[in-house]
Amino acid sequence: MTDSTALYDIPGPRTRKRHRIYGIVATAAIAALLGWIVYLLFDTGQFTAAKWTPFEYKGIQELLLQGLGNTLKAFAYAAVLSLVLGGILATGRLSEHRPVRWIATLLVEFFRAMPVLVMIFFIFVALKVQPLPALVAGLTLYNGSVLAEVFRTGINAVDRGQREAAYALGMRKTQVMTYVLVPQAVRAMLPAIISQLVVALKDTSLGYLITYEEFLHAGKLIASNLDYDLPFIPVVMVIAPIYIGLCMLLSWFANWVAKRQRRSPKTEAVDVAPAEPGTLLPGGPPRP
Amino acid sequence: MDVLTDNISLYWQGFLGTVELTFYSSVLALVLGFLIAAFRVSPVGSLRVFGTVWVTVLRNTPLTLLFFAVVLGLPRFGIVLPFQLFAILALGCYTSAFICEALRSGINTVPKGQGEAARSLGMSFGQTLHTVVLPQAFRSVIPPIGSTLIALAKNSAIAGAFSVTELLGTYKTLSELGYNIIWTFVWIAVGYLIITLSISALFNVLEKRYGVAR
Repeated sequence: MTDSTALYDIPGPRTRKRHRIYGIVATAAIAALLGWIVYLLFDTGQFTAAKWTPFEYKGIQELLLQGLGNTLKAFAYAAVLSLVLGGILATGRLSEHRPVRWIATLLVEFFRAMPVLVMIFFIFVALKVQPLPALVAGLTLYNGSVLAEVFRTGINAVDRGQREAAYALGMRKTQVMTYVLVPQAVRAMLPAIISQLVVALKDTSLGYLITYEEFLHAGKLIASNLDYDLPFIPVVMVIAPIYIGLCMLLSWFANWVAKRQRRSPKTEAVDVAPAEPGTLLPGGPPRP
Repeated sequence: MDVLTDNISLYWQGFLGTVELTFYSSVLALVLGFLIAAFRVSPVGSLRVFGTVWVTVLRNTPLTLLFFAVVLGLPRFGIVLPFQLFAILALGCYTSAFICEALRSGINTVPKGQGEAARSLGMSFGQTLHTVVLPQAFRSVIPPIGSTLIALAKNSAIAGAFSVTELLGTYKTLSELGYNIIWTFVWIAVGYLIITLSISALFNVLEKRYGVAR
């Protein structure tokens, strides 16, 4: 860690001693902070039995599971549909016909510049669509256009010679794409695609705001129950780790794929630069 | 068109709300992000762990969940603040994780040899940092920070659903007043476009000015 940055030399004995003292002070400060939080939790009675009993009931557990199932359902729909939309829009942006390219560009830029929530609310309120399709449609439009950019940069990142060679062999544009460019691009794009799916998974929680009965919604139902003494913090303590854990799993998977690819001779041979989901483009969305 | 002209003050309020929210959250995110990035590259192990946990957890937290926990959860600890402050807290902390990662990768793009060269010239740590490493890191970090702040502006829409005055929230009042809902949303969309495009333009200027390619 320390020897991989330009900031520090490898420390000598005196510096190491100094660092150890800093370390002890920092650890003490962090421990104090954590202690204060735990004290607050106990002080406000978050660990009283009444607040935790609801989680023992079968009905409540089922409610939570159902919410989680709905979250995953929305995610699955949104993931598949945004991959499809991303493919279509990327094809449009790579088209040789100028009007098609323009329309695709306009759509991509517009949907990336809009807050997802505005689109979801528009579909839900103005077009009067049911919560699930509204949520899925909003997520699809946004993530689909981000993925379109990922696909496009991925295909453009494939070495030019590959394309030229394929044309020289007499392939048509469609053949060049499907046999030569796309298979190589997809390999290189995989980590970026999965990271974008993490965004989609996180954003399914927006369904809560349009009364879609997802995980957070189930939590809210339990949290606002007077019979159980409004177990608000316990609900957060149960729900948050599951939500965060799911997203982390998917993030780790993306990292794992990326790492595996860095070792793989197949991707090295075609020299596809790992592209980011359009972070460097002004107006483009980063992962948040 | 009537929707806008009849309710210009309502839209203006919402627009200002979003701008304010974006501005204050950006400041908080930049300060926190800088601090956490410093933790993550520091030689002190426990600070590095703290930074890593902070970034990993916040990057994988759905923002709605964070809002839910902050706006509705913190009052249970006896912490009662205006909704807008809660929203700034949630948005700022969430975005700080992304800012931190942008800064950290910016620092990592500075070749190790530059630091070594600076030290061999007899520069102190402070001098190395402020004359050699940070200026270069700053340049490569402008575009990712710009897109993070644009994302922050877009994410601020969630605050409207948690009773903060901002642009998206105006649709509620207007639909109750019976205005055409589609036009209501068109003007909301225009408002967001103005904000995100302004941030984008600002960072383009910054990049042209400072972002010299190495």
